[in-house]
Amino acid sequence: MSKLQALTNTVVNWVDDRFPVTASWKAHMSEYYAPKNFNFWYYFGSLALLVLVIQIVTGIFLTMNYKPDGSLIPGTNVSVAFNSVEYIMRDVAGGWIIRYMHSTGASMFFVVVYLHMFRGLVYGSYKQPRELIWIFGMLIFLCLMAEAFLGYLLPWGQMSFWGAQVIVNLFASIPVIGPDLSVWIRGDFVVSDATLNRFFALHVIAVPLVLLGLVVAHLVALHEVGSNNPDGVEIKKNKDPKTGIPLDGIPMHPYYTIKDIFGVAVFLVIFSYVVFFAPEMGGFFLEHPNFDPADPLKTPPHIAPVWYFTPYYAILRAIPSFLGTQVWGVIGMGAAVVIIAFLPWLDRSPVKSIRYRGKKFKTALVLFLISFIGLGILGAKAPTELRTILSQIFSVIYFGFFLAMPFYTKNDPGTEPVPARVTETNTSRQLAFLMYVGIAILGSFVFAKLV
Amino acid sequence: MTNQVDNSKRRFLTLATGAVGGVAVVGVATPFIASFFPSERAKAAGAPVEVDISKLEPGQKIDVEWRGKPVWVVNRTKEMVDSLAKIESKLTDPDSNGSDQPEYAKNKTRARADKANVLVALGVCTHLGCSPTFRPDLAPADLGADWMGGFYCPCHGSKFDLAGRVYSGVPAPKNLDIPPYKYLNDAVLLVGEDK
Amino acid sequence: MKNKIARIIAACALLAPLTALAASGGVALDKVELRVANAESVQRGAKVFVNYCLSCHGASSMRYNRLTDLGLSEQQIKDNLMFATDKVGDPMRVAMQAKDGKAWFGATPPDLTLIARSRGADWLYTYLRSFYRDSSRPTGWNNAVFDKVGMPHVLWQLQGDLELRTVEGKAEAKGPVARSWETVEHVNGKDKITTHQLVLTKAGELTRLEDGKANMLDFDERMTDLTNYMVWMSEPAQVKRESIGYGVLLFLIFLLVPMTYILKREYWSDLH
Repeated sequence: MSKLQALTNTVVNWVDDRFPVTASWKAHMSEYYAPKNFNFWYYFGSLALLVLVIQIVTGIFLTMNYKPDGSLIPGTNVSVAFNSVEYIMRDVAGGWIIRYMHSTGASMFFVVVYLHMFRGLVYGSYKQPRELIWIFGMLIFLCLMAEAFLGYLLPWGQMSFWGAQVIVNLFASIPVIGPDLSVWIRGDFVVSDATLNRFFALHVIAVPLVLLGLVVAHLVALHEVGSNNPDGVEIKKNKDPKTGIPLDGIPMHPYYTIKDIFGVAVFLVIFSYVVFFAPEMGGFFLEHPNFDPADPLKTPPHIAPVWYFTPYYAILRAIPSFLGTQVWGVIGMGAAVVIIAFLPWLDRSPVKSIRYRGKKFKTALVLFLISFIGLGILGAKAPTELRTILSQIFSVIYFGFFLAMPFYTKNDPGTEPVPARVTETNTSRQLAFLMYVGIAILGSFVFAKLV
Repeated sequence: MTNQVDNSKRRFLTLATGAVGGVAVVGVATPFIASFFPSERAKAAGAPVEVDISKLEPGQKIDVEWRGKPVWVVNRTKEMVDSLAKIESKLTDPDSNGSDQPEYAKNKTRARADKANVLVALGVCTHLGCSPTFRPDLAPADLGADWMGGFYCPCHGSKFDLAGRVYSGVPAPKNLDIPPYKYLNDAVLLVGEDK
Repeated sequence: MKNKIARIIAACALLAPLTALAASGGVALDKVELRVANAESVQRGAKVFVNYCLSCHGASSMRYNRLTDLGLSEQQIKDNLMFATDKVGDPMRVAMQAKDGKAWFGATPPDLTLIARSRGADWLYTYLRSFYRDSSRPTGWNNAVFDKVGMPHVLWQLQGDLELRTVEGKAEAKGPVARSWETVEHVNGKDKITTHQLVLTKAGELTRLEDGKANMLDFDERMTDLTNYMVWMSEPAQVKRESIGYGVLLFLIFLLVPMTYILKREYWSDLH
């Protein structure tokens, strides 16, 4: 043993006597056993953590130069806040990179989280004993949506202002308390400097703190029961009699730390492509009207939420007004998000992974995916009669996926029995995956062009 | 199932990948660290200031602001310039060896040779940063019979002569700073740049 | 190996469809030849901008000294592109107050710093070339892209006079037609086509009426320069952004991704 190693050992021992560094490392890394058959869908948890770090770091540096002030620069129609964003883009060295990383990161956060949630649907990761992980995840999803909505107001562009105006007005549709509630949320009678300042505080510190706490809870709950896997087989059921280590488990470190680093590298390719070559993403990541300073007297012709909210926006618009109130659309939009949390109890099948499920669930999942993507595309476009009818049909399918689940999962045996041990991948599985992804993308393209 | 683990290969690959990752980290860190440097707005606000000295009477002082600090421009009379040699015994650093000035101001008048009568100095006391008052009057009651004109700092009593050189026995340690400056022509002084 | 390819393709492809969804509805627009990396073109555009636009419009986030990115020296900027007593580090402010502009033109002339990002390059290029004589308007001018716009045709000396002609059905470009486009209406179950033409009635400094045809090439070139300037001005970092991007992507694709993959494969060989 070298002198350096001896010194390191002494220091580590000193800390270990006072703080469980080595014990924690073992429990959560070097002796935490994860299933060895993780595939493509299992990168997105660590990627979500990466994007969270990116958003926090870039957010901190943006906050150093951004000013949450809605008042106008004297003699102009430009607000201090809007101007401070351009200041970051032009006058702060490296500011444009930091800004684009934050705007791209916001959208990538939702790409990664939607794929992460989809993994849960496909492999039954929400099922017992992982219901609490799923609930924490849903709370994270809600916080993420709040964080994105709050953050979008800050540039104080036309879309920031009018998007916030529309959404806060949704609360006004609640019977009896609605209008007063909206005034309380805004701190004013219209979205104004008061709203901007409080949204800034919530976006920069309040929601991030809650988000961090929930992420910790999410991971603690995960480590308590261990990960699910693409075969839906509980690896803890087959342990080595001598060591007690799951036979199908491998230590998180070094295997998944290294594999996840590879995943990060590939993610960075896509992330960097967007940041450096397509930060606006055709107006989907940075919307064109938001390059106009906010004007309370002029509504832009087409107010659309950012792409990651469009499925829920489509549901909101699809539900007509009943009994003189529009609140049903608001309730529908809220229910569409909340109902996802109930999956562990709606799903009556004993089988976790889609690989061993029956035709009914597979069909339902495909229909759900089609309706979610379809709603997303429709929510980004201005409403027409055809689009409204399609949104209504897709909304029915969307809710049907959840509400009918107790019935179609009760007796839905698959063609293959659930194996006792995890399976290895094969070429036909990989080709099938590529085919499904290709169809999904092509289909989205075609639908978007036709509708 | 269990091949022999080639540890040296692993160590090499880990180090090599770590090195590449290190390069990536440096690359990512660069814009963040760069963002701390003065922005274009700060640099523009700190840009050199033009001063019209065509109407500056002998014995008169005007103040301008440069980089947020007061800069004094004093058109010293011949008597004021002559007094500089006589007061040297009272000064800590009559040759400006320990103070901050451009080399063209490291002389007895602490000014550019082509306009040696004009003093351009930062009006910030080298003790704790107050702005001293201009006292060109000779032998006033509060400053004593030896006072030949200069600057007096009211905060803690530091005294400077008409070239901004600090008196001995006062709290301030150094002569007043001289900023970079140059003359664009006889009437215009540019403070903040001397190239 | 296949897993890796699958991952990359799938992940990239997830983003690609979104670009196809960016539809642009409304007025027919001509495409402008974007050449933001062409410093001379952008410099020419800057000259037009400073001479014709800054009297009414501001570009309040655009500092004059940023034009050094185009290869100009500060002295060149001061001599050719600055008129007021502004310092070269100052932004391109307009002397006119916002409320005066509203009183004189009906609407405050908008700040143009980001106009290219909010309206788009093609919109700007087409707008600048679509002013026509209209005696019903207070300024005497209207615009085929922005109906009833409050802005007068500041470039009329360069472009000359255009008149708007509307013809039923498809029509050939007869006479000195500068721009022509069709609109389609759905009337009584049938598609009704209308052709709109902007006809050059009087030539300007950069246009010519020759053999009954309109030669708009020089004016269109100048407007291409002006549009390119505004696109550049809306994001001066864009040229540098792409060149840094090439470096980053090459580093990632040819160094970081392969090395992390090799490292992963080396450790995972334990499990086979």
